[in-house]
Amino acid sequence: MFEYFTTFADLLIYDLLSLSPESRWGSSLHFFVEDTTKIFALLIVMIYVVAWVRASLNVERVRDYLSGKHRSIGYLLGSLFGAITPFCSCSSIPVFLGFTSAGIPVGITMAFLLTSPLINEVAILLLLSLLGWEFTLMYIAIGIAVGMLGGVFLDLIHAERWLQAFAAKAYQSAQGRVSTSSGGDRQALNLEERHRFAKTETQDIFLRVWKWVFIGVGLGALLHGFVPEGWFESNLGDGQWWSVPAAVLMGIPLYSNATGVIPVMESLITKGLPVGTTLAFCMSTVAASFPEFILLKQVMQWRLLATIFVMLLCSFTVVGWLFNVFSFS
Amino acid sequence: MKQIIVLGSGCAKCIKTAEVIEKISSELGVDVQITKEASPEVMMNYGVMSTPAVVIDGTLVHSGRIPSRDEITAWIS
Repeated sequence: MFEYFTTFADLLIYDLLSLSPESRWGSSLHFFVEDTTKIFALLIVMIYVVAWVRASLNVERVRDYLSGKHRSIGYLLGSLFGAITPFCSCSSIPVFLGFTSAGIPVGITMAFLLTSPLINEVAILLLLSLLGWEFTLMYIAIGIAVGMLGGVFLDLIHAERWLQAFAAKAYQSAQGRVSTSSGGDRQALNLEERHRFAKTETQDIFLRVWKWVFIGVGLGALLHGFVPEGWFESNLGDGQWWSVPAAVLMGIPLYSNATGVIPVMESLITKGLPVGTTLAFCMSTVAASFPEFILLKQVMQWRLLATIFVMLLCSFTVVGWLFNVFSFS
Repeated sequence: MKQIIVLGSGCAKCIKTAEVIEKISSELGVDVQITKEASPEVMMNYGVMSTPAVVIDGTLVHSGRIPSRDEITAWIS
């Protein structure tokens, strides 16, 4: 089914613009046209379908469901819901406070918030179409594991000590109170309401991500056409241990979301950058971004904020090393 | 006069929400006072988890998206 997009790019670039597939610009532009048309078409269809299915899932319901769950399963559930629940990153703070004031442990809340930017339907769709299902499954597993283990760690060090005073107080006063489920009993949605929700959601998400697709695919296309085959392999690919932490550090100032980064991943991997290094770089770009961390300052003290940041950088580095070791052996 | 508070972290949708309410109330000739509130603590106290949210005379009436014209008309008239 994806061949249509290749054919379209062939026609436009090789026939209409008569650029040669061997030329740098020809190969870059072909990549750009093929990937943007494919991604845009898939995005519109898939966002609609996914939104339709999950129209009745929202952060309030997730909170009611998670509160009172035992920690042993809470981290996994928090992380899983983080992956599938739709919410805008500008709502991270109210979501954090809503969970915390319902008495949900900070670790479980953070499992939810850490996994959320890493895994979403747009990211999964892009991974599937650009890098295949094996890579996609691996990516999902890592995203969930990073959220879960991060959450466990934060509870082990009693992260709730380092919340801002009002948040810590809300968490304390929720302890020992029997959890009451509030807004969980919404009536079932009819088809008309589902359609309306899915339509607005598709418009919202599309308007938010289209420029990231252009930037990401544009960068990927330049890499594709201008970096010689195997360049990374001969320069970085020998599994030098420091290339992974270096990639993680490079990812910090680059602020992007998963949509912009995945097309770049595709090019990096096909040009011979080791899978682990690529993953580490991309996850760091997506999840460890200063603008979002600064927002969390409103509910956390610097100490906790710095701890989470360092924890993320370490876990991405470990992920990178593990994958490089496995893919080399 | 109705006191309307729009809760939100300053994202585009929250600003839009306040504008829409302002526009519709002036169209209808209803006197309202609109304030924007970005404090996380205030949001928590109203139990708001998705923004933009709207509070009218101390009661939370809406959260999660830009309200529709019909909803706004119902609140202020």
